[in-house]
Amino acid sequence: MSEINNNTPIDEMTIGGNIYEAGNARNFKTGDWRSVKPVFIRENCRQCGLCFPVCPENAIPVSKDDLQRTDFNYDYCKGCGVCAKVCPFSAITMKEEGV
Amino acid sequence: MSIRERLSGNEAAATAMKQINPDVVAAFPITPSTEIPQYFSTFVANGNVDTEFVAVESEHSAMSACIGAEAAGARAMTATSANGLSLMWEMIYIASSLRLPIVLSLVNRAVSGPLNIHCDHSDAMGVRDSGWIMLFSENNQEAYDNLLMAHRIAENENVLLPLMVCQDGFITSHSIENIELEEDDKVKKFVGEYHPNHYLLNDKEPMAIGPLDLQAYLFEHKAQQANAMKAAKDVILQVSKDFESWTGRHYGLFEEYMLDDCDFAIVCMNSTAGTAKAVVNDLRAKGIKAGLLKIRVYRPFPAEEVAEALSNLKAVAVLDRADSLNGMGGALFEDVVSSMYVAGKQVPIVNYVYGIGGRDTTCNDIESVYNDLSEIAQSGKVDNPYRYLGLRKGDM
Repeated sequence: MSEINNNTPIDEMTIGGNIYEAGNARNFKTGDWRSVKPVFIRENCRQCGLCFPVCPENAIPVSKDDLQRTDFNYDYCKGCGVCAKVCPFSAITMKEEGV
Repeated sequence: MSIRERLSGNEAAATAMKQINPDVVAAFPITPSTEIPQYFSTFVANGNVDTEFVAVESEHSAMSACIGAEAAGARAMTATSANGLSLMWEMIYIASSLRLPIVLSLVNRAVSGPLNIHCDHSDAMGVRDSGWIMLFSENNQEAYDNLLMAHRIAENENVLLPLMVCQDGFITSHSIENIELEEDDKVKKFVGEYHPNHYLLNDKEPMAIGPLDLQAYLFEHKAQQANAMKAAKDVILQVSKDFESWTGRHYGLFEEYMLDDCDFAIVCMNSTAGTAKAVVNDLRAKGIKAGLLKIRVYRPFPAEEVAEALSNLKAVAVLDRADSLNGMGGALFEDVVSSMYVAGKQVPIVNYVYGIGGRDTTCNDIESVYNDLSEIAQSGKVDNPYRYLGLRKGDM
């Protein structure tokens, strides 16, 4: 189905807001809900692998090649801070947005 | 060939449901509609239908189960009254906004409290702005006929709205009257099969239903509902025409009884129309030109047609079987007055709230309204437009 956005005329919108395709949650970028932001301090990270399984938004990408985590995907990170809490090596700190 | 029978209004509704043979019926019993799911569960147990009957634990769940079934692609029906409809209220709006053509048999009863189980229209009036098509029925025959037409109206691709068929609790639901039933195979052919374009169980097209719908979208989706409600008017007329060529029984948006040449008329809904017809006959025999306009389609409200039909009268009384408690009059009164004003038709109109909590409305009561109308027609004046009929009065 064609994309529906806030310029779509009423006649081209589906009834009841129905979405006739699967896997569309990625089209809804929720990163702008964030008020505090996790910052990745690469030099402290030992790649222990504790942070990415607890992320509710799957916003910590892990490379398929070397299984190393990379920087946050801020399109989807809501700033919940769970990753910072579980990190044993102070490799993630939370910083207020817009400061 | 129609079949002559004698059935109560509830039996008539249950018989229609049996002949429609929907995929799912989910219901919770409440007086005076209890008999509808009770009879229907007998049909299920006896193998007369192959419907999945869901005995839910509340009316909220009944409507929820109907919503799930319709969204999955099935045809779902239910029945309720009064506080049962109140408990459904949240899901009533979900059903219409998700554009699911569920059909509900509503047996009108007063919404408590204080506790009352008898007829008035306060249950229906509570959901009049919820986006459901609402058909009212004078007797068991009309309750049956309206249900046979319901799915073809609701499921029409220009409509896709849920629909409720109303009848008066006890007065018609528990009264046995003669009725003409249609044959099972003819009903099946008329109602047709339900093949929605989009449904959750379609593995070729995974879909999401009822998603988050914020400031940029909900407005348009509500306007789509409003457009569908407007479109329903023509669809109702077309389906009624097809029904008439099959059964010979005529249905419009409303019934005009001796309205053509009358001086003044009553506007009302459901069983009171039957009482009013008897009074009109008596008055006509005395040479008094009284008439009646009985609303069948309450939502969508046939504003232009009602205004046109009443435009040449000298006085009109609108009877509301529910008090809106708003200081200005009942819901049907407001709708009729708005229709007249917008159409630029100026006729003196008076409102009577009547029959609350099952209070009997007799021929004498109706005749007193026509007597009042006769005076209003002569004077052209309405002193108090918001009145009661059949209320015990003190000094107020």
